[in-house]
Amino acid sequence: MSNRWEENWLRTRDQVGWKDIWSTPAETYHKLGFKCGLEVHQQLNTKEKLFCRCATGIYHDFDDYDAEIVRRMRPTLSELGEYDGTALMEFRTRKQIIYRLKNDSACTYEVDDTPPFLFNEEAIEKAMQIALLLKMNIVGELHITRKQYLDGSIPTGFQRTAILGIEGQFPISNKIIRVIQFSIEEDSCREVSDYRHTRIYYTDRLGMPLIETVTYPDMLTPQEAAEAAQHIRFLTRSSGQVRTGIGAARQDVNVSINGGTRVEIKGVAHIAWIPKLTHNEAFRQKAMLLIQEELLKRFPAPENWTADWIELKSEDWKHIPLLQNAINQNWKLIAVNLPGFKNILSFFTQPGKCFADEISDRVKVIACLEKPNLFHSEELNPHLSDADWKKLAASFHAGENDAQILFWTPEEDLKTAVETITERCQLAFKGVPNETRKSLPHGITIFERVLPGPDRMYPDTDSAPIPVSDEQIETARKQLPVPLEQRFKQLQEWNVPPDTYTYILRNNLMPVIEKMSTEYNLQPAFLAKLFAHTLKSLQGSKPLPFEIERIADLIKFVKSRKLAWDILPELLKLLYKNPNMAFSSLLLTLGYKQISPEEIFEHIPTLHLMYKNFVHRSLRQPAAEADWMMGCLRQAALGNISLKELRAKVDAFLAEEASHA
Amino acid sequence: MLDIFKGYKGRALEVLKSFQARVWGDTIIDTTRGRFQGLILPRSENDDDRHIVIKLSTGYNVGIDVDTILDMKETGYREAHYKIPEREFPYTPGLPKVKLFGTGGTIASRLDYRTGAVIPAFSPGELYGAVPELADICNLETEKLFAVFSENMGPEQYKKLAVSIGEEIRKGIDGIIIGHGTDTMHHTAAALSFMLQNLPVPIVMVGSQRSSDRPSSDAASNLMHAAMAAGHSDIAEVMVSMFGPTSDEYALLHRGTRVRKMHSSYRSTFRTIGDVPIAMVTTDKITPIKKDYNKRRNDRKVDVYPFFEERVAIVYYYPNMHPDIIDALIDNGYKGIIIAGTGLGHVNKPLYPAIRRAVEKGIHIFMTVQTLWGFVHMFVYDTGRDLMSLGIVPGENLLPEVAYIKLGWVLGQTNDREEVKKMMLTPIAGDITKGEPYNGYLIFQGGIPEVEEFIRKYHK
Repeated sequence: MSNRWEENWLRTRDQVGWKDIWSTPAETYHKLGFKCGLEVHQQLNTKEKLFCRCATGIYHDFDDYDAEIVRRMRPTLSELGEYDGTALMEFRTRKQIIYRLKNDSACTYEVDDTPPFLFNEEAIEKAMQIALLLKMNIVGELHITRKQYLDGSIPTGFQRTAILGIEGQFPISNKIIRVIQFSIEEDSCREVSDYRHTRIYYTDRLGMPLIETVTYPDMLTPQEAAEAAQHIRFLTRSSGQVRTGIGAARQDVNVSINGGTRVEIKGVAHIAWIPKLTHNEAFRQKAMLLIQEELLKRFPAPENWTADWIELKSEDWKHIPLLQNAINQNWKLIAVNLPGFKNILSFFTQPGKCFADEISDRVKVIACLEKPNLFHSEELNPHLSDADWKKLAASFHAGENDAQILFWTPEEDLKTAVETITERCQLAFKGVPNETRKSLPHGITIFERVLPGPDRMYPDTDSAPIPVSDEQIETARKQLPVPLEQRFKQLQEWNVPPDTYTYILRNNLMPVIEKMSTEYNLQPAFLAKLFAHTLKSLQGSKPLPFEIERIADLIKFVKSRKLAWDILPELLKLLYKNPNMAFSSLLLTLGYKQISPEEIFEHIPTLHLMYKNFVHRSLRQPAAEADWMMGCLRQAALGNISLKELRAKVDAFLAEEASHA
Repeated sequence: MLDIFKGYKGRALEVLKSFQARVWGDTIIDTTRGRFQGLILPRSENDDDRHIVIKLSTGYNVGIDVDTILDMKETGYREAHYKIPEREFPYTPGLPKVKLFGTGGTIASRLDYRTGAVIPAFSPGELYGAVPELADICNLETEKLFAVFSENMGPEQYKKLAVSIGEEIRKGIDGIIIGHGTDTMHHTAAALSFMLQNLPVPIVMVGSQRSSDRPSSDAASNLMHAAMAAGHSDIAEVMVSMFGPTSDEYALLHRGTRVRKMHSSYRSTFRTIGDVPIAMVTTDKITPIKKDYNKRRNDRKVDVYPFFEERVAIVYYYPNMHPDIIDALIDNGYKGIIIAGTGLGHVNKPLYPAIRRAVEKGIHIFMTVQTLWGFVHMFVYDTGRDLMSLGIVPGENLLPEVAYIKLGWVLGQTNDREEVKKMMLTPIAGDITKGEPYNGYLIFQGGIPEVEEFIRKYHK
């Protein structure tokens, strides 16, 4: 159904210039002034947590816990005696935070009932290697700093973090990306749920050592951002010092455009999401700037702008099912008039989203009203009839150019909700608000919280500084893996198909391939395909059931039996399904019988004669006969002779025959 | 030493001087490990002399190894000034008038992000800025009496506090809060329980287990709970108000003579020993647990006994203790000894002669139990009977620290053996109870299925 608001949405989308990412050339981003920086988080694979001796990497189902603890976070006053924006917002939300803990993965440190134990030295050793790969200037002394987080994701209310190095760099295909800083910090809780005024966290991940790499905003297109993220991932993995698996690596992506503000997209779990997210964010900021321009035209003195609100009589609105529900719970129905906001609420912001969603998102986070939490007068798929909206507008004596919102709330959240709606509209006069936003899988983002200011760092009074000696740096330097730039060159030299690069680097298989290749005199490209094609496709259905070493043993076995290497991928597939089967049994299961190449070649003339008797037009296609013969001989040949060699023999025979015909 | 090199010494100081760099200087430092730029911060006196601390523009602090420094150049200078904003504490007619005495512990504070310093907030205006909810609970006045750490609180402070409280009560205050470090809060609570008798208003001691500069601090809640108890409860006793469970849920009001700090770091560290707490407190409600407490009165009468004899000691007995420990106390002129004995109140035979000598020298010795829970029972075994015949007096269920404070207080008033004994064994403020209620001793053991079920369901 198309209505006038949908028309407005489409019109404003064109005005913003939003197009699908695939149809957006780099030039568009340059015109927008697109800039992107990354904060890449990666867990280190230490045995124990950073500030206590709890084991790392033990995860639980959210309902499997031994105890719960309740906390409320309070903002602390900053230097000027003011609460910073985030602090105030989080405090207004009046959230009760519940922490779930299990004794095997958390102690009293996690729930802030014990001061920190000594800093985990293993974490420094491991992080040092990665810092050196990023060419950081290593500090002389680690100072544990507290970085405030009031959302409750850390029970202390701050994250203990320490800078290991500053000012590093790494290359991507077309430029050098500069790194601002590299730090070691403790990981936060996993969120279980966030409903109304209660947020629940699980503490198993809390306190695991994490490294954070913060880049300058040097990425000028969404694609560069993804490439840089990928590079950092490969580089950290190449050290062999980091954890892999779901949640082991997460990135925050900062985006800004000319005239916009730095907006932080938090917790992007997959690098593949980065291009679309940053693309859409750039245009969302553009939309905010256009809205600002339009509003300032309407209100040259925006400081006088404010919204009005009234409480509605519930009996008038019982015909709307959602409102009926609210009325049944004794909630209040509130109408808000937004003077001069016509065509703004339905203004395009992101694919499938309009400005009213910006308001709704904030009402959810700050006033804790779950979505759907409001109706508005410019809905693309209206919940209320025109008559209802007219009635509502009339109760304000609203003007032609006003817009209205109708929401429902318990009494205790009313004030915050009205404030939040008003505040978001007032922010529209100022352009792009400072926000951290949460990423959703399909490339759009929603408001998460106000972006914290820089003034939220202070020294941890519970820990002493930790000196970093030249010897420590040199020891780490001696253990450094081959630099990633060199690895890329190597892959090209080896003639490895480019589609295998990601898998190989992500899983840090270069050293493995190198070793196997020398030891068994195998082509690196063959091994690359064995891993990145055969093994990868197997992993799609089931995670690796054995260590990589078992594949090395398999190779050794093939070598010792003097089998042709073509059999290796087949054996690997079988091994994957039967991880405990003896190699010789795999061979039997595969139906392998030792036959000399000559015995196989003997079949070629016979097959040729048989083929002549077949009748089908497809048979006359070139190479059809050779393909058919290979199909017949494959089983017998596998392991006994290289299939390539066999094919050459077949082709030669057929060529010979053809020349006689 | 010049003030511009705050905290720097030795090698680090030499380096700073050699490059004419100073604290609060915005400085570019070239090192063998690369270039660093930031504001040079003061250094903690206890840290080594091998590093210089700077604050980077991102807000993080890092240390620079002085031996790697090639050059330093100051590009600016920004000295930090500490100031706490004050907002006038609003007066609300109808709310009780509460006085907060400060003893040196930090209840509320704010941060200086530039330096990382934690600045205590204390005046009503400062407290109102930090915990504005207080204004909904009471009309607050504050007075700083001392600036000492909890471990330095002693007889002088106990007496001064008692006298000051007495004066406030006579002036018409509705309740008193005492901000106190938590380590020795139960000693001070006991002292005030004996020094202030026949109280008409609540005296509430409060502190915090997590410093108030952190968002998860218990300080603000504790302060609100204490203000609630002092202003609105009808319990006119000396009490400690601290977290009940470690969760931010409610506080417990513990009687000043039965309370003890039982964990080095938990928020719920204070427990009532051998009895149940007097009441539960939330920011809007006080729920009594005990019924037999001293009720609030409208008169302004209070008995103040600001006395204390300092030459009293606690001897924590251990197997193989040698008599010279006791001899040393005798030779140093001690007037009273509290023994924290094993089990029902025992020490070994080799101590007997020393104990006999002490009693002969007029030293008053009382027996308490290091098990903390339970009464001294010296009739059960021969050892107990022997000790009593030597002159040791069983101290019922006085907690060792409470017995120590009480003996100091009694000996500050009399040295007469019978009088001392009588005063020691006469309960003054719940310090000795008639018996121990069944639920007065509850230390759950983790791992037991029903306990696990309990802690999964309720917040410990």
